[in-house]
Amino acid sequence: MKKPTPVDAPDRLLPKAPTGIAGLDEITEGGLPRGRPTLVCGAAGCGKTMLAAEFLVNGALQHGEPGVFMSFEESSDDLVANMRSLGYDLDVLQAEGKLVIDQVKIERSEIEETGEYDLEGMFIRLDHAIRRIGAKRVVLDTIEALFSGLPNQALLRAELRRLFHWLKDRGMTAIVTGERGENTLTRYGLEEYVADCVLLLDHRIVDQVSTRRLRVVKYRGSAHGTNEYPFLIGTNGLSVLPITSLRLDHQASGERVSTGVRGLDGMLGGQGVFRGSSVLISGTAGTGKSSVGASFVDAVCGRGEKAVLFAYEESESQLIRNMKSIGIDLGRWRALGLLEIHASRPTLHGLEQHLVAMYDIVRASKPDAVVIDPISNLVMSQADSSLQATLIRLIDFLKQEGVTSLFTTLTHGPVTDVFDSSGVGVSSLMDSWIVLANLEFNGERTRTLQVVKSRGMPHSNQVREFLLSDHGVELVDVFVADQRVLTGSTRKLREALEARP
Amino acid sequence: MNAAARAAATHPEWQLKLYVAGHTAKSMAALDNLKHICETHLAGRYSIEVVDLLVNPQLAAGDQILAVPTLVRKVPEPMRKIIGDLSNEERVLVGLDVRPYVPSFARAR
Repeated sequence: MKKPTPVDAPDRLLPKAPTGIAGLDEITEGGLPRGRPTLVCGAAGCGKTMLAAEFLVNGALQHGEPGVFMSFEESSDDLVANMRSLGYDLDVLQAEGKLVIDQVKIERSEIEETGEYDLEGMFIRLDHAIRRIGAKRVVLDTIEALFSGLPNQALLRAELRRLFHWLKDRGMTAIVTGERGENTLTRYGLEEYVADCVLLLDHRIVDQVSTRRLRVVKYRGSAHGTNEYPFLIGTNGLSVLPITSLRLDHQASGERVSTGVRGLDGMLGGQGVFRGSSVLISGTAGTGKSSVGASFVDAVCGRGEKAVLFAYEESESQLIRNMKSIGIDLGRWRALGLLEIHASRPTLHGLEQHLVAMYDIVRASKPDAVVIDPISNLVMSQADSSLQATLIRLIDFLKQEGVTSLFTTLTHGPVTDVFDSSGVGVSSLMDSWIVLANLEFNGERTRTLQVVKSRGMPHSNQVREFLLSDHGVELVDVFVADQRVLTGSTRKLREALEARP
Repeated sequence: MNAAARAAATHPEWQLKLYVAGHTAKSMAALDNLKHICETHLAGRYSIEVVDLLVNPQLAAGDQILAVPTLVRKVPEPMRKIIGDLSNEERVLVGLDVRPYVPSFARAR
């Protein structure tokens, strides 16, 4: 087999053609190898055609690279209809000369074979389509259909080999799709011909939850992410997680923002948390996590900034009503357009789909702060090892966007164990971690709050009592007597005693 | 040429199209073989149109041409296709439906 044309030495980097598919360009560090064919393989219904079509559409719309879609399976009408459901109008693209769809039909029954032939007709068709619009990208979906249409396999293989060289010679960035075989990547061994870049798509059901995964099996001459990455086909097309960069290189802001709880700001060096940092509020049921979250939102909107609240426990109106009871009027901010509340059932989608929805919302409304209440609910359905990685991506993404984020998480188990678990094992990813707990003592319950960690700032190591009053979350001043901190009624009693003349 | 022959020339019973790509050995062979077969079996009842895809590449998609040479029987319907240089006369005749397929062992009797 011929070696691929060597990369220009001064450049050193392989030229790449961005796919425009969210996440895929990050994994492949820039896109597919420019001017070479890439094999996309996977079982039926795993999104090969969709990926290929998006690659063409994005090329035409975003990068000024017209494309030819040669379909061996789907009729062009079907393809147009399918892509329309994702918001792409292929008819318009065709009319504008940015796309050509050529449907190749081959009916074994109406073909008789006698004597020698070659597939020059296919080359001529492709060449004609490429010339007509000055195409830079080509998709062959799924060329393996030829194997069932033409009896002479030896000839077909020789012609395919010729075709891939032909595409390379013309500098076409091409996607060739292939059906997954039993023990091979593709049923007819296309990987033998397309050796530069191979993507494998997979669709599997784990615990009745379907997840699609993508893996870069091979990418000659380039670094690439090697993991299996979850991907989704959503309303905006394909997106591969991570949507963010694999690097940890976001800009850290030195600016501080209030948490909305004055006493808590005081515990965090008097100024609150860093802008763009992530805050975790953990606690067992009924410790006031949502209230702290709402205070945070209230403070954000009070500064005239935008906030997005993802609620996975309460509906929008329930949340607004409940927060009103502690004197936080979220409805007002929503009316002013400063607050968006997105309430949904965690069970509505798989985790990945939730994350993509969040990405889309954050991208669209560009908030200054995001509150997710609670993240533990998102994960209850899956005991998935990829969970933590997925959450890292979300946190990373928010940081990259400079969004201050607050996550609440429900912890189980006894209060004394509170440090052992942040519920979903993400505490190490968070910049600040605040633990809420109910202390039962002397026949009463006292809400307490403590800052377990807060990166890059001095913070109080005290366990503070706090109250949910009708004007928000309030930290009670520390009351020390007899060398111990008093809480609850003991504190009140002591205060009353001391206040007496 | 009598009236019947003229009618046959404009609307022949067998309308055949041969798709080729340039004057290659294979396409010349195909055309020669086709002419010979037609003269032998369909004399006066056929027309042959040769389409060179190098000259008219846009015509390839219409008849779904992938392989060359490809012989397309447009009329009579339904459409039939024979790919290759048409070197096997028997198979061409079967492919065109000029002659029903008779297995060789049956013919021997």
